[in-house]
Amino acid sequence: MKIKSIHIKNIPNEEFKDNEYLEQYVEELKKNGTSVAVTKLSDLLNWGHSNSVWPLTFGTSCCAIEFMCVAAARNDFARFGWEVTRNSPRQADVIFVSGTIVKKMAPVLKRLYDQMAEPKYVIAMGGCASTGGPFQSSYSVVKGVDQIIPVDVYIPGCPPRPEAVLYGMMQLARKIKLENYFAKERLEIKENVPLAEIAKENKAAKQEKAAAAK
Amino acid sequence: MENLKEKIKAIAPSAVFEENTQVLTVDVDKNELRQLAENLKNDESLAFDYLQDIIGLDLGDALGTNYRLFSTKNNNQALVVKTKTEDRENPALQSVSDLWQSANLYEREVYDFLGIKFIGHPDLRRLFLRPDWKGYPLRKDYDIESNPITLKNESVEEFEGSEKLELDSNGHIKESNFQLFDDKDYVVSFGPQHPSTHGVLQLRVSLNGETVKHIDPNFGYIHRGIEKMCESYTYPKILHLCERLDYLSAAINRHGFCLCVEKALELEIPERAVYVRTIFDELTRIASHLLGWASMANDMGAITAFIYGMRDREKIMDIFEETAGGRLFTNYSVIGGLMQDIHPNFQKRVKEFIPYMRKMLKEYHTLFTNNPIAKQRMLSAGRLKIEDAISYGVTGPSGRASNWHNDIRKIEPYAAYNKVNFNEITRENGGSFDRYMVRLDEILESLSIIEQLIDNIPDGDYKAKTKPIIKLPEGEFYQRVENARGDFNIYINSKGDKTPYRVKFRSPSETLVSALEPTVKGEKIADLIMIGGSLDYVIPCIDR
Repeated sequence: MKIKSIHIKNIPNEEFKDNEYLEQYVEELKKNGTSVAVTKLSDLLNWGHSNSVWPLTFGTSCCAIEFMCVAAARNDFARFGWEVTRNSPRQADVIFVSGTIVKKMAPVLKRLYDQMAEPKYVIAMGGCASTGGPFQSSYSVVKGVDQIIPVDVYIPGCPPRPEAVLYGMMQLARKIKLENYFAKERLEIKENVPLAEIAKENKAAKQEKAAAAK
Repeated sequence: MENLKEKIKAIAPSAVFEENTQVLTVDVDKNELRQLAENLKNDESLAFDYLQDIIGLDLGDALGTNYRLFSTKNNNQALVVKTKTEDRENPALQSVSDLWQSANLYEREVYDFLGIKFIGHPDLRRLFLRPDWKGYPLRKDYDIESNPITLKNESVEEFEGSEKLELDSNGHIKESNFQLFDDKDYVVSFGPQHPSTHGVLQLRVSLNGETVKHIDPNFGYIHRGIEKMCESYTYPKILHLCERLDYLSAAINRHGFCLCVEKALELEIPERAVYVRTIFDELTRIASHLLGWASMANDMGAITAFIYGMRDREKIMDIFEETAGGRLFTNYSVIGGLMQDIHPNFQKRVKEFIPYMRKMLKEYHTLFTNNPIAKQRMLSAGRLKIEDAISYGVTGPSGRASNWHNDIRKIEPYAAYNKVNFNEITRENGGSFDRYMVRLDEILESLSIIEQLIDNIPDGDYKAKTKPIIKLPEGEFYQRVENARGDFNIYINSKGDKTPYRVKFRSPSETLVSALEPTVKGEKIADLIMIGGSLDYVIPCIDR
């Protein structure tokens, strides 16, 4: 599938320089046997989803201030249909993990993610959420939220500039456009097991299945 | 000073005064600590009524605590009382939490990080780490891999109960159980994920109808272990961690740490750097107060005010960005001066900003302060008395609203603050409205400080020459700075290496949260959010 065909209203397609990850994403979906042929109905759904993504009000530290800047006067993400932040995870589509996640917070974040309704997305905002950032050598910091919940877009920076956050948001909108909602592959989430292990298990099960099919 | 020494010697015969220290420091035996503390607090001629901080230390063969005391009635006389216990298996010291309210959380913090038990503490639980956390992280023999990530939720039972230690009449330690809430209490859990907690803070509030009976703050949802990390970092590296403590006072915290290291090195700083740092500090303070105002108004339902505050804050961010390259974190002060010289536009931009901000402040007052509904609500709830403010250690704008003169810029002037004229804003009543007004009036004072400095920035170097590897001489160094929330203190214990032996930051926000108890008790739960907004705490600064 050609990435050129992704069309979002706000930024023209040529402006995006890094398309590799979306190409990889499509490749991966194909390899796993997921259908990527986008039907008219899912096209319509994607159009709706990608133009009204409502974030959860969730900020743990410094990045939350920059997130507020994105929401407030000058940058104003409501222009892109990201309209309002929601205080309840039940009403939110995307969670911006803005700030460090520590070991005490990890179960809380997981619970919030579980409470969100499908389709749900995660943006790791800033160094801490992506990899642990400046707190890599700490005894209490989770080194990247992808150890707890699956992440769709990583935004680098400490904290990222509002422009960088907007760019990350647009990338998520493009990713949503690409999806075939009805054939979306979902990870089976189990209680009290870190995500990395679940992913490993799923992969192993898939390989077994493929071997059995041969 | 000699008089004070004699008095202490009379109360505690084991007292030894350390020489060549920045502050008067006295070592006492752990058995005499309690008696000395009682006298220091209650004796009218000593009157050490403000316990600023308790610093826990792993001394290798022993575990120690430093109590940092000030006397507000006695010309802010400072004193450090040190004590230690050799028992590493079962360390126990006498509690002072009934003398100074601020000791309540500080002792829990020391217990959490070093495992020292405080006999007589009413409620000794872990403060930052989970109840099932293994080990005490600030001990030197702690293994940082010992606690893997768990997705198991915390248990409320473990969390609410603890053992209480008391001395019986024979002097033996006896244990009894302590329960935070009764079975009949109606407890509302507020946070950690809530937009009005200003960060990830959990408050458990027991209610009588709608009236607040008791508040139990639960910290640690953003405990990043900065103090432990500092022990393995070089001094220039620690600067970056300082900024990430109280991110709204980033430039001030960084400046404070630079000052502390420079004081220890006895380094002379070029005047140009001193002036520019002061201007940056004041701009940071304005940005922080604007956000404080905006989020308090937002908590009370005025979303327009939030948008206005953020809009004007962006102007300051622009000035920072042009000169320093960063927005929230400027990375501008370094040990010895500044990272780079100011941008040619800097003075022009700042001079444009001053009249703009004055005009906008008038608009804020028309828009929000004089709104009868908002004003009535702010006037009606959340009074903090001056005695409570001092006992809980509530510094900064919130303490000054209770008429406590605690501005470090006036008490211990640093940087260029002794070269400018400014008023210390205080108010009489200590209500929510007073705290709100102090903040807005301080913006005006900060503007006037900047106005006095901006045209007089001296020419010359912006950075003094420093050695490529910075090693501090052996000793203990303290530096207090007035950040946007109050008394921010940096303590460095150096053994002469390029990394510190122990670094402790005193968070002004921690005492602000502990002061919720006297402020909100007896008020309606709906006002808790407004009062929290008027105290304006930043959680990552507490959790460190």
